[in-house]
Amino acid sequence: MTAVAAARDDEVLIGRPSDGALSDQLLSTTRRPFTRGWKVAFAICGALTVMLFAMVTLTVMRGIGMWGNNIPNAWGFGIINFVWWIGIGHAGTFISAILLVLEQNWRTSINRFTEGMTLFAVMQAGLFPLLHLGRPWFAYWLFPYPSVMGTWPQVRSALPWDAAAVTTYFLVSLMFWYLGMIPDLAALRDRAHTRARRIVYGIFALGWRGSAQQWRHHKVAYLLLAGLATPLVVSVHSIVSLDFATTGLPGWHSTLFPPFFVAGAIFSGFALVMTLIIPVRKVFKLENVITPRHFDAMAKMMLIMSWIAAYAYIAEFFVAWYSGDRYEVYQQLVNRPTGWYAWAFWVMLFCNCIVTQLFWSRRMRRNLKVLFVVSLLINLGMWLERFEIIVVSLSRDFLPSSWHIFVPTWVDIGILTGTLGFFGLLFLGYLRLVPFIPIAEMKQMRAELVATSQGVQP
Amino acid sequence: MKHAPALMAEFDSGPALLGGLRALRACGLSRFDAFTPYEITGLQEALGVRRSRLTWIALAAGLVGGGGAYFLQWWINVVDYPLNIGGRPYHSAPAFIPITFEMAILFASAAALISALVLGGLPRLWHPVFEVDGFDRATIDRFWLAVGVGDSALDRARNTAALEAAGALRVVWLGGES
Repeated sequence: MTAVAAARDDEVLIGRPSDGALSDQLLSTTRRPFTRGWKVAFAICGALTVMLFAMVTLTVMRGIGMWGNNIPNAWGFGIINFVWWIGIGHAGTFISAILLVLEQNWRTSINRFTEGMTLFAVMQAGLFPLLHLGRPWFAYWLFPYPSVMGTWPQVRSALPWDAAAVTTYFLVSLMFWYLGMIPDLAALRDRAHTRARRIVYGIFALGWRGSAQQWRHHKVAYLLLAGLATPLVVSVHSIVSLDFATTGLPGWHSTLFPPFFVAGAIFSGFALVMTLIIPVRKVFKLENVITPRHFDAMAKMMLIMSWIAAYAYIAEFFVAWYSGDRYEVYQQLVNRPTGWYAWAFWVMLFCNCIVTQLFWSRRMRRNLKVLFVVSLLINLGMWLERFEIIVVSLSRDFLPSSWHIFVPTWVDIGILTGTLGFFGLLFLGYLRLVPFIPIAEMKQMRAELVATSQGVQP
Repeated sequence: MKHAPALMAEFDSGPALLGGLRALRACGLSRFDAFTPYEITGLQEALGVRRSRLTWIALAAGLVGGGGAYFLQWWINVVDYPLNIGGRPYHSAPAFIPITFEMAILFASAAALISALVLGGLPRLWHPVFEVDGFDRATIDRFWLAVGVGDSALDRARNTAALEAAGALRVVWLGGES
């Protein structure tokens, strides 16, 4: 590779398109004709969504007994899927908020894409605890309101913390996403080719005109929301992990859980970003704004998170051994690697810790086929990690007389598949309705890149 | 700027707009506004805009949210509905921290979003500047400089010449000049 090509490979924006050309390219995602591939994908996701609603209706009508949960496996697929989906959301916030605060300009092209992923993943996640309540129509009991029964939520338990954390996370992600999108909605309004689009986008743009006053407050609010989302994203998965860590169950009762969960969440989220962005980049021909540099940076993040996960697995083993607690020792050192579910443990280890070592190689970090396959494996591995924590721990608790193997029912599997379809449906709609690459931020970045290359201090 | 400006000038880049701004300052004008598709480095300073005060509003809202959440948890657990759980204290400060923190973030974020919109004069779906021909490119690739009505140094011939010398593509007088 020549030096010029190598340098070009490392750019966050290939070429220097004019503001107009860049706007046209990035706005065009909302007005290209619908292709056959998109329609097929939409139809599949739509069918899966219908199935999801059928399964949810069944669960609500017949009760939670339709799922594989039973004592001692009180938390089965419902909580695995909840933790998996909400973890996926975390990479979106990591990219859009933490990398903004750290002034990493490679986040610009992909931040809105991943914020959308966050919102839709949190929607799927929220479904599970709601259904898991058994009587979801009483979900509002989780929130403090002056009820005629004279009772209040028990706020010393981890579950109301969870309700507060997940609700806050969803709302703050929504606000951050919308605030960043207002200037681009205005661009859509001004480039609308039908009156209906002009009116609809015009309403959502709230009359944005890009005045100095508006930018002045927008800039500060955007940075402030990023600053607030940074500790928020760490707190959400920490609180989720406290649902486990505050109990006494072997395999759960550990102070390692909050950082372990946060790192795992970001790991799985980066994997899903990769899974989604590789086909989207190709279909919408975004090779100039999503470059090898982005893939390289994300693969490095996955490698780091993979090592944090590996460290956590080792620490769990060590702490179990060092504690001398016979239940912990059995759970971690016997049951996980050699028990009934040992296959899940070894597959998880392969997906989360072994295969990611490919990313030490620069060539692998830029090979889209490798990235795509590895990202799918990480998604699987991180799902299995939650399976490991929840099902494997619960199925072997203190008393051998209560040991029980968990087997999911067809409703469990249907709901998991259904949420994948529902997520896909929302995402496919999102790709066509709003610009998923932030246009104003891209143009600003381009202007700064031009100024820097001309030797002007921005 | 709540009302229609007196004078608007169109530029094709951020640096050109800054040049136009300097030219008009040299003419003695002072009531400026600018409409740009993205933030221009140095524009806020050139316009003399001070840092937004919305951080203070968000701080106040965060304190109210966090303080309110802590108070509510204390009141629920200690005063209105005390539940004895294994003899643990009713006022368990560590257990109140997660919800306190989440509500502080939620209130501060909502306040930041709402104040960014309200202080920026939004939502306001129609504004006189939208009527200016070609203004629809202000969100795409054109940079507009505006001067408010009532600026005593407005002078049609002199200002137009200064702007054109600075590279303005177009100068529009909206009939509000003195």
